[in-house]
Amino acid sequence: MEEYNKLKHMFDQGVLSRRQFMSGVAAIGAGVAMGTSTFSLDALAADEPKKGGTLKLGLGGGSTTDSLDPRSWTDSVGLLMGFGVYNQLVENGPNNEPIPELAESWEAQPGAAKWTFKLRKGVQFSNGKEFDADDAVYSLNLHRGETKSGVAGPFKAVKDVQKVDKYTIEITLESGDADLPSMLTDYHVMMVPNGHTDWKNPIGTGAFVVDGVAPGVGGTFNRSKNFWKTGRGWLDRVEITVINDRTARMNALLSGQVMAINRTDPKAVAKLKADKFDVVQSPGGYHPVISMMVDAKPFDNSDFRLAMKYSMDREQMLKSLFQGIGSVGNDHPIPRGDANFNTDLPQRKMDLDKAAFHLKKSGVTSKVLMQASEAAGAESLNMAQSLQQTAGKAGIKVDIKKEPADAFWSNVWLKGAFVTSYWGGRPTATAMLSVAYKAGAPWNETHWNNGKFDKLLADAKAELDLAKRKTYLWECQRMLSEEGGALIPAFQDYLSTSTDKVGGISVHKGFDMDNGRVMEKAFIKG
Amino acid sequence: MFKLISQRLALGFLTLFAASVLIFSGTEVLPGDLASAILQNNATPENLAALRSQLGLDRPAPVRYVEWLSNTVHGDLGVSLANEWDVAEEVVPRLKNTLFLASYAAIIAVPLAVILGILAAISQGSLFDRFVNGFTLLTISVPEYFLAYLLVKYLAVHHFWFPSLANVTPDTPFFSRLYLLFLPMLTLLLVTLAHMMRMTRASVLAIMSNPYIEMAYLKGLPKWKIVVRHALPNALAPIISVIVLNLAYLIVGVVVVETVFVYPGLGQLLVDSVSKHDVPVVQACGLIFASTFILLNLTADVLGILSNPRLRMPR
Repeated sequence: MEEYNKLKHMFDQGVLSRRQFMSGVAAIGAGVAMGTSTFSLDALAADEPKKGGTLKLGLGGGSTTDSLDPRSWTDSVGLLMGFGVYNQLVENGPNNEPIPELAESWEAQPGAAKWTFKLRKGVQFSNGKEFDADDAVYSLNLHRGETKSGVAGPFKAVKDVQKVDKYTIEITLESGDADLPSMLTDYHVMMVPNGHTDWKNPIGTGAFVVDGVAPGVGGTFNRSKNFWKTGRGWLDRVEITVINDRTARMNALLSGQVMAINRTDPKAVAKLKADKFDVVQSPGGYHPVISMMVDAKPFDNSDFRLAMKYSMDREQMLKSLFQGIGSVGNDHPIPRGDANFNTDLPQRKMDLDKAAFHLKKSGVTSKVLMQASEAAGAESLNMAQSLQQTAGKAGIKVDIKKEPADAFWSNVWLKGAFVTSYWGGRPTATAMLSVAYKAGAPWNETHWNNGKFDKLLADAKAELDLAKRKTYLWECQRMLSEEGGALIPAFQDYLSTSTDKVGGISVHKGFDMDNGRVMEKAFIKG
Repeated sequence: MFKLISQRLALGFLTLFAASVLIFSGTEVLPGDLASAILQNNATPENLAALRSQLGLDRPAPVRYVEWLSNTVHGDLGVSLANEWDVAEEVVPRLKNTLFLASYAAIIAVPLAVILGILAAISQGSLFDRFVNGFTLLTISVPEYFLAYLLVKYLAVHHFWFPSLANVTPDTPFFSRLYLLFLPMLTLLLVTLAHMMRMTRASVLAIMSNPYIEMAYLKGLPKWKIVVRHALPNALAPIISVIVLNLAYLIVGVVVVETVFVYPGLGQLLVDSVSKHDVPVVQACGLIFASTFILLNLTADVLGILSNPRLRMPR
């Protein structure tokens, strides 16, 4: 009932559309009897989920590396197919909050270093085997130790994973982390049967089984007979075609060959809406960065960094980089959709007088060299040039060196003092801050090293009291914004588009396509 | 004649060997490595090292070349580094797709180009000649992706006559394949037509100024007979080499068309694999493309020899 009231409140506030409200109600199992009388049911009838049908998806972000090995995913298509075939212990809810999936409940001991997860009973894999603690332990261990897993970094914090009984596991961490459940919602952390290694023939507890997958081309999936959720898994079949070319993707949608696409061209949004397509805009955490190493000259001078920050035209960049689909950044990596986003922090705007003032105070007169590459997002060069121009007006001389995309991540990133980069969103603020701003973190691109910051972050992680955590995290954001080495002009929103025949793709504050769960959530309208 | 042909064959093999060395060393000098390409900015020193040794990237290059060559000769193309599939398993369906589209386009384009070329030559200077010349010149001058987008705009998006996506699977039946591939085929047809047609026309016309053609006129033969019986056989060699050049293009050069129509052919696989540093797949694709070129040029040589009596029966 509490969940229902929350949904109702969000609907009343205009946060949710009718359709999202209805699918939300369906998801928590609250029926028509529970107060849907407040709206006209007739108007909603067509939008109600129904079983059956085939969904054809045209997706960007596929490549020959799309296997069904959860450790291997780096892009949309792989992880989206994964969410169709597998389930997780913990699901990332629509507002980036952890909600139960294969784990029914969890509990932390004070200090948040020792966690117990109770597993759901009676869930079957697609081969009929019951899901239990051995599977969970094996699946989590895939990401620990010597592994190519994309989540290996964060999983270093995991000290031990133990089976307690058939339906209980215990996770011990090196140090307290109240956000462990959120960490388990990372798209790599999927539940597979104990000992499974044959990734060409994946076995999961998800809504679909693989019919055929061709890496970089696409895949077809049929409904699994053993799927356990109610209110999810409507479709009989899903056909995915990898369409990496943006225009080709749009053409496929317009010519009716696919029913939904991701990564829609922002320029086409107005036309698509006029043509009765549903465009879903999700405020994600993707943000481009120009990183300055705070221990390299002249960026070790905090006035010089401030001069840079004040000379950046964020509004203009949001428009030119993302056609305005997103929000301006404030030089810290937490997006406005995050529950711990610091709403008190004043938004920094371009102020060339202030920039010139700080430049003068810093005493820096030399040119600085920025290394930019398309590897760090298609918008990188555009962003670099925009900063070069406005910084020039404030008296800061910036040279741009265009680096080839091929070896950018191995040869330039983390080595250059002034480079373009980007981050995809992380499910929690603590995860984002730990991965790129904690002293000693392998991807700390700005070399930000601040004892007070690290202490605040560690305290926030170990703190189970939400209000206290918030004050710590707000202070972290303030410190980064005022003293940190990252220039963050804007956050980009994700755009997914579908024909009006497709329902169930709702706004998610994580990634696009309903945070990758489109296969189990979407339905074809009757 | 057999000596000539076997010479060409031996040279072909030698070229192929040289190409294999080039392909291997080419993939060696690609900047960066597969491990960091796969992990992107998810890479840590630990998982990088783990992935590298798993992929065998830590052994010396000559050792890997000899191993690769002997495996390839034995039909084992290795395992894709990107997804751990057998390379053959990944490449063969793509190669079939590429060959299918190429044949589809060639079967229509080659006869059409030759016939149009001959007709244009017969009616040199006429309205028909000028129209065909102008039209093919136009289609060849427009970049192929632009041509492809124009076709998609008018034939797929404005009118739902043909699909803009050529997303075939191995199970797609033959006739739906033809339908799905219509627009890519049409694009390739328009792009290749001009070259072959104009070469046919030019070669035939070049022969037409010879004294023996004048002789044929004087004996009162109709023009079409002069062209088909006397001019065409002597113009065949340059026409064949242009056709073969275009066939090779249809197989190795269509990556743009594949991208626009999302057709799972070999070109896209190669591009995709280069960006992922998937060396075994890049090498396999490179070898296939090199063999295609060498084989087709060999065919052109042999056909050229056969069509030329002086070479066919050397003294």
